[in-house]
Amino acid sequence: MITFDDVVKVYPGGGTAVDHVSLELPTGKTTVFVGPSGCGKTTSLRMINRMISPTSGRVLIDGQDVAGQDEALLRRGIGYVIQHAGLFPHRTVLDNVATVPVLLGKTRREARTAALELLERVGLAPEFAKRYPAQLSGGQQQRVGVARALAADPPVMLMDEPFSAVDPVVREQLHREFLRLQKDLGKTIAMVTHDIDEAIKLGDVVVIFRQGGVVAQVGTPQELLADPADEFVAEFVGRDRGLRSLSFDTAAELPVLPVPAELVLDEAGRPLGWKTGADDVRPTGGTFTSADTLRLVADLAILSPVGIAVRVDADGKADGITPHHDLADYLAARRG
Amino acid sequence: MNLDYLFDAAHWDFSAGSIPQLILSHLWYVLLALAIGTVIALPIGLYIGHTGRGSFIAINAGNAGRSLPTLGLLMLMVTLLGLGLLPVLIALTVLVIPPILTSAYAGLRSLDQRVVDAARGVGMRPWQVLTRVELPMALPVLMSGFRSAALQVVATATVAAAVGLGGLGRLLIDGLAVNDYSRVLAGAIVVAVLAVLLDLVLAFAQRWIVSPGLRVSR
Repeated sequence: MITFDDVVKVYPGGGTAVDHVSLELPTGKTTVFVGPSGCGKTTSLRMINRMISPTSGRVLIDGQDVAGQDEALLRRGIGYVIQHAGLFPHRTVLDNVATVPVLLGKTRREARTAALELLERVGLAPEFAKRYPAQLSGGQQQRVGVARALAADPPVMLMDEPFSAVDPVVREQLHREFLRLQKDLGKTIAMVTHDIDEAIKLGDVVVIFRQGGVVAQVGTPQELLADPADEFVAEFVGRDRGLRSLSFDTAAELPVLPVPAELVLDEAGRPLGWKTGADDVRPTGGTFTSADTLRLVADLAILSPVGIAVRVDADGKADGITPHHDLADYLAARRG
Repeated sequence: MNLDYLFDAAHWDFSAGSIPQLILSHLWYVLLALAIGTVIALPIGLYIGHTGRGSFIAINAGNAGRSLPTLGLLMLMVTLLGLGLLPVLIALTVLVIPPILTSAYAGLRSLDQRVVDAARGVGMRPWQVLTRVELPMALPVLMSGFRSAALQVVATATVAAAVGLGGLGRLLIDGLAVNDYSRVLAGAIVVAVLAVLLDLVLAFAQRWIVSPGLRVSR
């Protein structure tokens, strides 16, 4: 667990970057610091590995004040991923990943062997090992950055806007792999982003900072969307938070109606489209299964030419429908 | 004026005052000045570049050093210290320091600070940040400073002959003294060829010590 105990950071010249922040980042979970620029989120992150020292207050990792620890040793025990990856351009991909184990006294040979496995783990083929960072795409560099941070298997990882320098398609892909990796590894992660959607997607806990280094609200993504503490948080999480909060629940308990005759099926029972006239069949716009999110169901109901979302089973056979008003009733009932 | 002196086999026999012997003594002054200059300028330049403290020294020392006339400085040193190798070395070292100091400083300052931040962040000590990240990354700039220092000192080491020492300056000074322009021309050509060769050697060394990662592009 990482603890911020009444932490203040005032820069010479008078700017308060972090203003009496007290927080607990749970072990094995991802905590995301999010807020507008100049809100102190990055400063807070960098106080965990002593890249910045607090003016007052303490930062503790598992009860130990970081201020009392040797800087270099502390940092070797904490994975560090930054925007643009910050790879060493004069070292090969493999040697970049091997950096921390070598610092910790492993032989170069041992460290390289382990590094090769890590590359695979972050989704890079072995032939990348001998390349230099300048030969990689932004997304590939960021994967190497993550591998470098993981190399010494640190319990704690700090990630400073790790995915902001890549294009949206690659970011989406990196997000998925981040979630998959974190599910396996269960690191205690502190991440900074300015993107609230990224925070909600990746965070177990989200800390929203406001200008002046003040924590506006701490909570799970569901809590923040369902119950913002104030106007600022509500504004920050966005106007479509109602719709987005549907991403956290599946359609498992959503009631469906039997498949009507207007839904045209193929021989295998898979939906082809809606019959809207004598010879007029229009595409359904997509289908959902009971494992999909309510957000997808809502989306399908809106997209459907008849305002009805179609549910299919594991084989793709249509097994029920949900008209949009049924979905609305269900959501209203759920809200209590 | 002709090339008779240069192509006369008798001047290439390694005896005292022969061209090979003058080349060796010339190179000796050059290497000594480069070595002493590097030992002085490199640590100062790296310190200033690494810490960012005292950058005015790097800039002003560079400019001041460049504007000092080497021959005038040499005469002053001879007046103060008497004849010998020492005043020559001091005059040449003063010439070598500015390009090396400035390039060391500029080489470190121009680095991508995010990479330096990452080096600290993964747990390198300041010394490791300097030797494992900053120095290797700054090598191309540093080497260009070193090469320009080497070129300058090869050309300027001819002043050693003005105070009675050897080196290729002998051909120039003695040739002028006896109106033997063939000898002067030989001296000028050998100095020029030596400068080009030395730069080639250094260019090759640079290719060898600079990481390919700093040359490649996508």
